[in-house]
Amino acid sequence: MIKRALTGAVCVATLVAGAFVGMNAVADEHANLIVNGEIEMVVRTEAPEHMENVDTIYSGWVYRATETQALQMDDFDNPGMLWVDQAAEYFETAQGPEGRSCQDCHESPEALAGVRAVYPKWDEERGVVQTLENQINECATERMGLEPLKYTGSEMVNMSALLASVSRGMPINVAIDGPARETWELGKELYYQRTGQLELSCANCHEDNYGNRIRSDMLSQGQINGFPVYRLKNAKLNAVHSRFKGCVRDTRAQTYAPGSAEFVALELYLASRGNGLSVEGPSVRN
Amino acid sequence: MAENVKPRVRVPRTASAGEVITLKALISHKMESGQRKDGDGNTIPRSIINRFTCDFNGENIIDATFGGAVSTNPFMEFEAKVPESGTFLFTWYDDDGSVYEESKEIAVS
Amino acid sequence: MKITRRETLMLAMGAAAAAMIPSAASGAAIDDAIALFTGGATPGEGGVTLVAPEIAENGNTVPIEVSAPGAVAIAVFAQKNPLPDVASFKFGPLAGAQRAATRIRLSGTQDIVVVAQMADGSFVQTSQEVKVTIGGCGG
Repeated sequence: MIKRALTGAVCVATLVAGAFVGMNAVADEHANLIVNGEIEMVVRTEAPEHMENVDTIYSGWVYRATETQALQMDDFDNPGMLWVDQAAEYFETAQGPEGRSCQDCHESPEALAGVRAVYPKWDEERGVVQTLENQINECATERMGLEPLKYTGSEMVNMSALLASVSRGMPINVAIDGPARETWELGKELYYQRTGQLELSCANCHEDNYGNRIRSDMLSQGQINGFPVYRLKNAKLNAVHSRFKGCVRDTRAQTYAPGSAEFVALELYLASRGNGLSVEGPSVRN
Repeated sequence: MAENVKPRVRVPRTASAGEVITLKALISHKMESGQRKDGDGNTIPRSIINRFTCDFNGENIIDATFGGAVSTNPFMEFEAKVPESGTFLFTWYDDDGSVYEESKEIAVS
Repeated sequence: MKITRRETLMLAMGAAAAAMIPSAASGAAIDDAIALFTGGATPGEGGVTLVAPEIAENGNTVPIEVSAPGAVAIAVFAQKNPLPDVASFKFGPLAGAQRAATRIRLSGTQDIVVVAQMADGSFVQTSQEVKVTIGGCGG
């Protein structure tokens, strides 16, 4: 199999390459992202060793128009921060049968700085790889006695935005060795597996064609360091598994469920492709 | 009152008298345009913030009228020039009759 | 209400057909909307500025900025939106500049028209085309 060649009539019709080649299509390929004039983001860096077909990894921010990029450069201009504020209130609100709040255990959201950067992560006690959402639900159900939050529901996505926001600027650094290896391998397999009636893998768009246009939209590397993402399209925060669902659906396949073992594995693999980029959530994309 | 409506405003803490300062205001609101249809083909009624004002010590800075084409989570940026210390009052008017207010103080030297 | 030739034509075509082609009437709709703002006066050129992207990545959230030094009010219209009135801004005595920025929805590629009412009662106008791109695969 020639991995990098784009085959299939649908792909040829859909991906309009040629007019824009590689990074030339980006508004300003040297643009740097500094949020609030103080948080310096790594938006391009050397690819992690495990990546065989890519030399440099780029944040999705790099591929956006100047006007969209600007929305992420100041927390006031970034509408995603509205829900970070809401989650900060939730964080200190006592609830559940025991009347406990997040801050009873974790002094402040800032006390959890760095957590986002290392998830998904192997959980020794449970013997599985857990996402940050799984961890939030572990706290909600086991320590606060609450019903689990809906995996991609607004309370969950807001909390995940809050936890991302306090880690902004820190490098993504998920572990892929040791007991997490098996899950990572599954994620890698899913990444390269063609799915759906269109027979497209993640790699067909986000490894073979980043920087090219798919109709009038520019394909990114599909990095997930900016999640949750405030999208101009639906004007709300979007969870990473919702994005996976959208992509898989667009290959005209039945999708896996948010929170499923498959999507957890895919998230670990994708996160590892971004090891070295900064945590950006909540980011702004089109 | 529409659900989850939350205003955010940004005002500098201090300014000198007569200095032109930039103010920003954002409110979470779905801004249902009245142009969309639901699954059954019925038009979803308009439900928007239709007016936004900002005043300082009772004097007006800006009075904005919004139509259904203003984006979800409406954002405003504008300039003010204030002569003395005092309070900015930001007011959003909802189609459903709700009024949301936020105020912010500034020290003018 | 004055019925234009185009509206008459639409009435003849029936309400159902008209509903299917809302943009067909919009050329006239924006003229009517502007006339309502200017009281029928024909706006001049110059003295009003619009900053908008040449290409908007998504029509749902298009950042725009308008300014007109000395204006008492500025109104923004979208030529092909189902309703051309987008927003208007009246400036009070404590405005630091006659400038406002917001984010708007555009139903497709079209002209944004900005009309400013000056202190002497005259009107000036500017416009710019914004291309609205269609997303890649709808994901």
